[in-house]
Amino acid sequence: MKEVMTKNRLKEAFEKVNPGEKIMNLFITAGFPAIDDTADLILNYEKNGANIIELGMPFSDPLADGPTIQYSSEVAISNGLTMDNIFDIVKKVRASSDIPVVLMGYLNPLLNYGLDEFFQKAENSGVDGLILPDVPVEESDIINDLALKHHVPLIYLVAPNSSDERMRLVDEKSNGFVYCVSVTGITGARKGEEVQDSVNRFIERVNKNIKNNPVLVGFGISSHADAMNISAKTDGFVVGSALINNIRSVHPQKNWKEEHFKFVRSLKYGS
Amino acid sequence: MITSAKPKKSYDFPSAKGYFGKFGGKFVPEILIPAIEELEIAYNEAKNDENFKKERLFHLREYVGRPTPLTFANRLTSHYGTGKIYLKREDLCHTGAHKINNTIGQVMLAQRMGKKRIIAETGAGQHGVATATVCAKFDLECIVYMGEEDMRRQKLNVDRMRLLGAEVRSVTSGSRTLKDATNEAIRDWVTNVHDTFYIIGSAVGPHPYPMMVRDFHDVIGLETEQQILEKEGRLPDYVLACVGGGSNAIGIFYRFVEHEDIKLIGIEAAGEGALTNRTAATFAQGKPGVLHGSLSYLLQTGQGQVALAHSISAGLDYPGVGPEHAHLFDTGRVKYVPVTDTEAMDAVRRTSELEGIIPAIETAHAMAWLETLMPELSKDDIVVINCSGRGDKDMGTISEYFYPQDNGGTK
Repeated sequence: MKEVMTKNRLKEAFEKVNPGEKIMNLFITAGFPAIDDTADLILNYEKNGANIIELGMPFSDPLADGPTIQYSSEVAISNGLTMDNIFDIVKKVRASSDIPVVLMGYLNPLLNYGLDEFFQKAENSGVDGLILPDVPVEESDIINDLALKHHVPLIYLVAPNSSDERMRLVDEKSNGFVYCVSVTGITGARKGEEVQDSVNRFIERVNKNIKNNPVLVGFGISSHADAMNISAKTDGFVVGSALINNIRSVHPQKNWKEEHFKFVRSLKYGS
Repeated sequence: MITSAKPKKSYDFPSAKGYFGKFGGKFVPEILIPAIEELEIAYNEAKNDENFKKERLFHLREYVGRPTPLTFANRLTSHYGTGKIYLKREDLCHTGAHKINNTIGQVMLAQRMGKKRIIAETGAGQHGVATATVCAKFDLECIVYMGEEDMRRQKLNVDRMRLLGAEVRSVTSGSRTLKDATNEAIRDWVTNVHDTFYIIGSAVGPHPYPMMVRDFHDVIGLETEQQILEKEGRLPDYVLACVGGGSNAIGIFYRFVEHEDIKLIGIEAAGEGALTNRTAATFAQGKPGVLHGSLSYLLQTGQGQVALAHSISAGLDYPGVGPEHAHLFDTGRVKYVPVTDTEAMDAVRRTSELEGIIPAIETAHAMAWLETLMPELSKDDIVVINCSGRGDKDMGTISEYFYPQDNGGTK
């Protein structure tokens, strides 16, 4: 793992967890349900148990995502969200919090923005990592040098059908953590129980092959029980679609945020 | 005068990593990496397997009906009074378009790889029909994703697919056209990658698809070369083809790419105008971007969201283009020009009236460029147009366009 020069919030997040505590990484689409909500949601996620934030950069054609994240992405785009808005959200969070913020999205909006400028602004606004599901390690040349130069760690995914050799390659290329897609499928496609079996066998292989990075498991987690089961033998878990579905179930009631944060707390600590 | 088209091997794309110059690649989620690696290995083996080649040629001859004729278009030629126009008759392929050259190849590969479930995306429905057809022939389960809007525009093809035993799944996300059908097909593939083969219908997608689709359509260029040599004793001066994703175009261009004297022209769908926001003219207005697994040219907004394409032709209504075309555009080897909805519809009528051939609206875009090209030519210039599909499937659109108030009158 290549060390970065600036303050490594991501590394610290893994170092400072309590014994037995699982890292909770929450995914939220920037600009959903409204552009002004995002920074506030992130700060409150931290207060309710989140250790890392994955901030989704919406894309019109998110082909690795299911209907939930397609929906939140569409809403964000129609709200007029821009890449600069995303950097502003990160800056706003950074003003009062050290919670690591990892940007997650698809390559095209970055290409359109200009890769140089993207990485420069990511560094300046305090971004702690980048996940691009449509840029697998074989295409990483397009971003590697800029990511290194601007100290933005790149995080790659492994899937149950990734070979042992490939898992080791992903481990070598990743910097911060490795993201395990727990079930073959798009985000939000499967329910917790169905996930369990394939996960156990998969996690054994992951733990055998991923030696340099912490491991987070995602895709299919919608409750505390899911989270605990799935992340039993890893460093933590990622929740995305379930979080957005919960917002959809309470927004725009008057106290929607309170209700939503209760759900967030329950994901981490049970109810 | 050029008389032989022996490849000089100076044009050797894609690279091992799947790049045509700067374009191409494998921009897909991790879950699909093993699948496209498996596909690449299987394709490279099949390509060099004499039995596979023989069987493919057998199906192309006995089932698809190849070789397709190279028809001299005498009345179109007289109409312009310059040059000589030939039509490469892909419209005479079984199912009515070139698409089946590719689906035969891919379904044979799926069978070879032991995949039992076939998925496909379709815009105009031609690729969906061609896929449903070969799945019936090869006894494989077939699911076709089609945008809700396209299902309305191409109802006849929807029913053809159903009759052939395929399940047509309506796609209601995004613009409800080809782009979104492709997204859904990829999502299906991500979910069912262990037993599913994705038959992509154009020269798009992650490596090895653009190469494989091109190779399966290369038969168009090969036959054209032989046929024009027989008829004229020399190679053509111009080769024209319409470009959406670009499969029929790359199929006829590839054989001629190294012959710098042969002018290759790709015709894009300009919709209501190449510089309006109701267009599918990717090269006129797009810039490099990534969609559906490869880096190519892409119509997009100022924020890098994929723009909605528009064309009266469902088959060209796509905001991207195959990566090999992006390379041929950047190097200047192929000239890409836009043709509007109106110009294409005029060409539908002209080709029907003068040649007795009702072309697909996609194909008519290439025919429409004759209006610009022919007046510039000398008497001996030879022009070949890839007549990629027939227009029967478009009769709904054609009726609405030409005969809106018609209640069963005579003309």
